[in-house]
Amino acid sequence: MQPKPLDARALAALAANPGCRRRALLDGAGVDKTALADALGAPSAFGQSQFALVRGNSFEARVKADGGAELLRLVHERLDPAAAPPGSAAVPDLSAVGPEGRTARTALALREATGTGTWALLDHPMLALDVAGSVAFLEPDAVVVHPDGSWTVVEIKSFPMLDGSADAAKVGAAARQAAVYVLALERVAAQLDPAPEVRHRVLLVCPKDFSNLPAASAVDVRKQRAVTRRQLERLTRIEEIADTLPEGTCFAPDLPPEELTAAVEAIPATYAPECLAACELAFHCRARSRGEGAVTSLGRSLRAELGGLTTVDEVLAAAHGRAGDPDDPAVAALRRASALRAEALGGAPC
Amino acid sequence: MSLITTLARLEAVSSGRAQPAATVRHRHLSEHPLVFVPLTTAGEAGAPLGALVGTDRDAPRLLVVPQPRDRDQRFAFLAELADVVLPYIDAYGESVETAERSETDPETGKRVKVEVDLCTDAPQLIVPSRAGLDLVRLLGRSMRFRRTAEQEPEAPHPAPPRVPLLGRWLTHFGERARVPGSALLLACTDLLSRHWATGQSSLEDQHLGALLAWIDPPGGESGAEAAHRAERARDERGQLLWPPAGPATDPAFDNKLLAPAIERYDRARTALAAAEDGVEADDRSGEVTAAERRIRDLVEGCTRPTWDAVWRSLDLLRALPEGAHVEDRWTRDRWSFTGHRDRVLAGEPPQPRRDDAVTAAGKLATREREQARLDAQEALDDPLVMAGRRLAGEAFAGEVTDVVMAYGEGRRPSPRPLVTVRTDDRPHLDERVKVYRSLGGKPQAAEFVRYEDGEAGDGTGGGGALVVLRVVDKMGRGKEPEEGSVPEKGDRVCFTLFEHEQRGGAKLPDPERTPWTHGGPPVAAEGPPAADPVTEEDLL
Amino acid sequence: MTIRSAPEAGRGAAARPAFDPGAEAGRATDAILRDTLHGAHRGVVVDSPPGAGKSTLVVRAALELAAAGRPLMVVAQTNAQVDDLVVRLAEKEPGLPVGRLHSSDADPYDKALDALPNVRKSAKAGDLAGLDVVISTAAKWAHVKNVEPWRHAIVDEAYQMRSDALLAVAGLFERALFVGDPGQLDPFSIVGSEQWAGLSYDPSASAVSTLLAHNPELPQHRLPVSWRLPASAAPLVSAAFYPYTPFRSGTDHGDRRLAFAVPSDGSGPDRVVDEAAASGWGLLQLPARHTPRTDPEAVRAVAQVVRRLLDRGGAAVSERSPDPVPLTAGRIAVGTAHRDQAAAVRAALAELGVADVTVDTANRLQGREYDVTVVLHPLSGRPDATAFHLETGRLCVLASRHRHACIVVCREGVEALLDDHPSTEPVQLGVTVKFPDGWEANHAVLSHLAEHRVTWRP
Repeated sequence: MQPKPLDARALAALAANPGCRRRALLDGAGVDKTALADALGAPSAFGQSQFALVRGNSFEARVKADGGAELLRLVHERLDPAAAPPGSAAVPDLSAVGPEGRTARTALALREATGTGTWALLDHPMLALDVAGSVAFLEPDAVVVHPDGSWTVVEIKSFPMLDGSADAAKVGAAARQAAVYVLALERVAAQLDPAPEVRHRVLLVCPKDFSNLPAASAVDVRKQRAVTRRQLERLTRIEEIADTLPEGTCFAPDLPPEELTAAVEAIPATYAPECLAACELAFHCRARSRGEGAVTSLGRSLRAELGGLTTVDEVLAAAHGRAGDPDDPAVAALRRASALRAEALGGAPC
Repeated sequence: MSLITTLARLEAVSSGRAQPAATVRHRHLSEHPLVFVPLTTAGEAGAPLGALVGTDRDAPRLLVVPQPRDRDQRFAFLAELADVVLPYIDAYGESVETAERSETDPETGKRVKVEVDLCTDAPQLIVPSRAGLDLVRLLGRSMRFRRTAEQEPEAPHPAPPRVPLLGRWLTHFGERARVPGSALLLACTDLLSRHWATGQSSLEDQHLGALLAWIDPPGGESGAEAAHRAERARDERGQLLWPPAGPATDPAFDNKLLAPAIERYDRARTALAAAEDGVEADDRSGEVTAAERRIRDLVEGCTRPTWDAVWRSLDLLRALPEGAHVEDRWTRDRWSFTGHRDRVLAGEPPQPRRDDAVTAAGKLATREREQARLDAQEALDDPLVMAGRRLAGEAFAGEVTDVVMAYGEGRRPSPRPLVTVRTDDRPHLDERVKVYRSLGGKPQAAEFVRYEDGEAGDGTGGGGALVVLRVVDKMGRGKEPEEGSVPEKGDRVCFTLFEHEQRGGAKLPDPERTPWTHGGPPVAAEGPPAADPVTEEDLL
Repeated sequence: MTIRSAPEAGRGAAARPAFDPGAEAGRATDAILRDTLHGAHRGVVVDSPPGAGKSTLVVRAALELAAAGRPLMVVAQTNAQVDDLVVRLAEKEPGLPVGRLHSSDADPYDKALDALPNVRKSAKAGDLAGLDVVISTAAKWAHVKNVEPWRHAIVDEAYQMRSDALLAVAGLFERALFVGDPGQLDPFSIVGSEQWAGLSYDPSASAVSTLLAHNPELPQHRLPVSWRLPASAAPLVSAAFYPYTPFRSGTDHGDRRLAFAVPSDGSGPDRVVDEAAASGWGLLQLPARHTPRTDPEAVRAVAQVVRRLLDRGGAAVSERSPDPVPLTAGRIAVGTAHRDQAAAVRAALAELGVADVTVDTANRLQGREYDVTVVLHPLSGRPDATAFHLETGRLCVLASRHRHACIVVCREGVEALLDDHPSTEPVQLGVTVKFPDGWEANHAVLSHLAEHRVTWRP
């Protein structure tokens, strides 16, 4: 199977469940989880409406029209008002053959633009990031070079900024994605001497209110950058996870379903309901988690008061006095809860 | 999540049916709610695609925007929505009773009672899910600053006459919905999950179909199976059997059904515009109608299951007896409704885009007070809620084992009887902490004195504790407590560590007296608030 | 973030010969008083790290303002804080007329105030008019209306005060000194307030953040020396919780010593007590296990450590007195994250016959000081971390109450728990990112504690 290279969205999504070895290994190995989920008979629910796609593309085109004049104006206004206004800016041609070629072209363009003392806009540059021993190619919407030689990541999203605020969950996801680009840019910057500053405040551009006009806000991504850096460091340890797998384990979607299921089940997962919004395999893992009776399939927070009890049956047996040490405070609390609940519902504790 | 709720969820898993999370209904339900099931177009800020709306479960009004990017069609949709919603609201504004309210006399600065109108009932909007609540707010925001042709004859794209007013009302409903315990605007999923615990996570409970499947699975099926089907099952064309409750649609629906239908409609309209004679135009107008019909069918097919699910949910909820304090909270909703009616009648401008400092602080104070009120009232109304508070050490129930008469110090000794309660609960009783019980609907206060030594042990474990309390009020003015005002030996009593009634907060300054620490008074805007700029690609 | 581990005792003095903590602190205080009494700005903000002499500063500023003939109102956040300030003022200046404005509830103030002849108590502001200093809580001040504004106010614990509480009282004064500790627990709201996130006057934000958003030109000072935290603790607490506003300890390595008459019996509790006595920190690590909050083994371990601290005849030497001072129950505190944990520890202590040791949650330990603290780590035994348990302020309070040593009891496995914690926080536009991050601060403290680890299987 052709490995599916990691993109920034997938890298950012690692933060959603860093404890999940299954996700770390499959992502690190470049397995196409969508195809895998289909083959496992639990297809993912992710899809994009063409209306959203069209709208997103047209908005981005509008933001970048006229050599990015509006975009540069926003960067100047929001991030660098002390600099000279971007009257005209260089927009280097970044086209090249293949991702490696485009990455090299981007690095060259960045080097050339830095130190000229003027503004430059890199439209869809290509950045490379070493992830778990293989190279991931990343394509930010834009990178702006400031006259002082510093670099800014620009993210263009199609959710609205309404009266200056936006959906916090979506802004958070955008910030995590932008943090991946910042990290990748820092690697490029480190090759230069002196290394240019990669700004930790990125520019988020969204439609303003109900219009198609751009609105922009600076977002500090230092926390997201720190988190992503840690996740990437942890990802490099997937070899350790892989070592625990049986020799010859393979995730090809054309394997017989039983073999494929066995291969997937050989890597431990930590399913939680939040996975449904973040991972293509979530429905498969949910079915497994429910099948095992894991209390976490109802939510991570459930476990907090249950101590060492991890399955529905264990908890209910303890609550109903069929099992468990009454001196264990978790068991004692469950029995009190069960008795209080039964009393309130007007019956004897069942 | 309280351990009692956790247990209920796990019981639901093992029994295959949702379990009760309440023994009474904690929200007011109108006799005639207005149900609103909207759909939006993906990728745009709340651009409507269509909706089912109305008060008659058998005859919803279907509103459709065949080409969601067409501004005129969108305005037509909003105007139609206003035609349904505003008469419904207005009807409640007409019937009033006289009530008393405290107001500050502008001349003396004293608080005085004044007689004012209070609407005898209020409208109630029900949407399927929380995303529906957000859409109501978004629609309100998008409409309330619009200008009609009457207001601005010169401006292009004037809004239909009643649209800005609908925007103000939806904004009011949306803001009120943020007040804990309010019921002017409710999400069906919130209502159901307040009263039942399912065997799935609260995230999955956001899916109305799955949630309802757990509570009321169709014949013989387990809740888990039914929920899984409601969530995942697709037909041979890849379409969900149970469309999402919206307002977002399923991408497969958009790409495979809706997009071709809209394309056909666009083609038909282009062809109609290019018609060269009447006969051709008639033909082609038939095709436009047919194409529009197709989109209407799609929208109806997508909203009708949700519409029916909302009404079925209301049936289930109505079967629960109403909690004793629900009426009290609904009266607050009626005040809220009446207040906004009066502001509209007085010609006040629409709600601003963002609250000023004083308004924001006032709203936060109200919501915190209402949250505390709701928490207390739900516990008093519902033994299952009280059980959660008892488990958390915030209340205790037990039997009175001893009452010793005692008197307070002071010139006129007043009764301060000592009451001993045996309880298996483990309240967090610190020295002199106040506790309250409900006596004829009013809170009676007592203070914790000590744990009594006895067979109950040290008060932290074993076979129950003996709690000695000193009752301090609600015993009348005489030397001897009034009949029935002191618990008697053998009585079952329940005391809470939380107060039953909420005190009013401090009065905030008027906005024009906002202090320097908060930026001083807001700069008064000249004239009415500006309308949103209109661009050619404008989307709402 | 790098955490400098505590240098060997004695080396510290040579490493920083130029630092004279008394002089540094004195300079800072002088500048604060100058701005307060003679500055042109309506407000002065003072950040005070744990034990940096905030109360002393407040008392001194109040006395100087009173001496200058400027009537003053003081706003504190809790009745206990108000009563404490009244007592301190009366101790320092028994003749000063002080008003204690209180609520109309039963027992509205500490009975100790009745013994102070020049303190007048009333529930009505009018009764206290004309007194040099009037002190009350923010909640009570908010009900005071129709009075002539005070020329001056001191707002204490301003970082723990919410913006809306300041809004309700700011009309009562013309100018103010705001004092507080930015590293402690933030104020919170029991209902959602996302709709105002990013607004300069977000009512659920701290009073100081609103104040500075609207008045960025106000002078901001910092008390640079912690007199409470020993030299072993200040670098860690400063780096982990105050990364951009560092402070130092007022004492040096070797200035404080903790010794025990009874030698160690070799048990886990005794070994961790010795480690903490020698280094200022001790981590008693129990085997990894998921437990409910009231983990009986951990609770018992906390109680045993306290029991041994008392049994072994501890004596503390510090700059306060030339002779060793016995380590008594009153000088020891136990800190927990939750109330039920505190209750469980109290019960365990009672079983071991220990009385008079303070056991409380972080919230209630704010502003208090002990010789030795024993902390049940907020993440010990938890299957998952939550925002509550990761809140930096909570850990900061627990790790900064001690003058000599802090002993943390914790189950193994917290590092992995932190590593597996999902980081998918929503981001509100326009909200200043708060540092340090709870995750980072927790890791910093844990990695420091790891150097003082005693593993024990009870």
